[in-house]
Amino acid sequence: MRLTCPICGDRDRREFYYQGDAVMLDRPDPGAPSQDWVDWLHLRDNPAGRARELWYHEAGCTAWLVVERDTVTHEVFSVGLVERADAD
Amino acid sequence: MEGDCVVDLTALTPCSGLLPLRKGDVTLSELDPGRITSLMPFPGQGAALSRALEVAYGLGFPAPGQVTRAEGVACVWTGRDQAFLMGPEPDPTLADHAAMTDQSDAWAVVLLAGEGAEDVLARLVPIDLRPAAFPESSAARTLCQHMTVSISRRAEGLQIMCFRSMARTLAHEIADVMASVAGRRAAG
Repeated sequence: MRLTCPICGDRDRREFYYQGDAVMLDRPDPGAPSQDWVDWLHLRDNPAGRARELWYHEAGCTAWLVVERDTVTHEVFSVGLVERADAD
Repeated sequence: MEGDCVVDLTALTPCSGLLPLRKGDVTLSELDPGRITSLMPFPGQGAALSRALEVAYGLGFPAPGQVTRAEGVACVWTGRDQAFLMGPEPDPTLADHAAMTDQSDAWAVVLLAGEGAEDVLARLVPIDLRPAAFPESSAARTLCQHMTVSISRRAEGLQIMCFRSMARTLAHEIADVMASVAGRRAAG
């Protein structure tokens, strides 16, 4: 599997660290009910198909990336930078 | 008493006792990088930093994947909004535009040169380093086996930098592959 880093270009999967579903970018409102927080923190779908995920270019430019890919066909649809505004 | 309590210390380079090495036509040798300073431009200061570098040294801040060079100085891209100034002391004017850290003793810097140097790294590094894909002025952060490294092309060959604590591993990994590439070539 290869990912095209927007900064470094086409790179091998070895250079990247997989974090998980990109839902981590959609943090609930601080005043949201605790059930929303529990769901956000612990509950994940396990889709067979299109997924939106966070990957870290650990051995390259160290950018966090949002990768859209298909978990069945391994097709990569898009790779984008996590914008500053979304980062913790 | 004067001088009695001062041990006579000898500075050792990161690859002292490990390099140089030659296998076939390929050589691996240590480079003295001079002073290494990381430059991380403050928000919105990238262009101003590049201008200050032009005034001080006659080179600009490198774009991602690039090295800029002038006489006795190089600026190597090393990551997002980060480059290493290699060679001279950092000019004081740079501090207005960038966070700077002295990295001089933190890195082992080696040169892999000779016919087939790319063949050696092709067994260790997951990017294409042949001259057509990685010409002079190119720089990359990538892996050498399990180590993160910075690789850039110089006129003499490929410059590889790893953390100083990994110097022995770097020399070992590359030397092993140099031997097997030289063996394969000798066998025709």
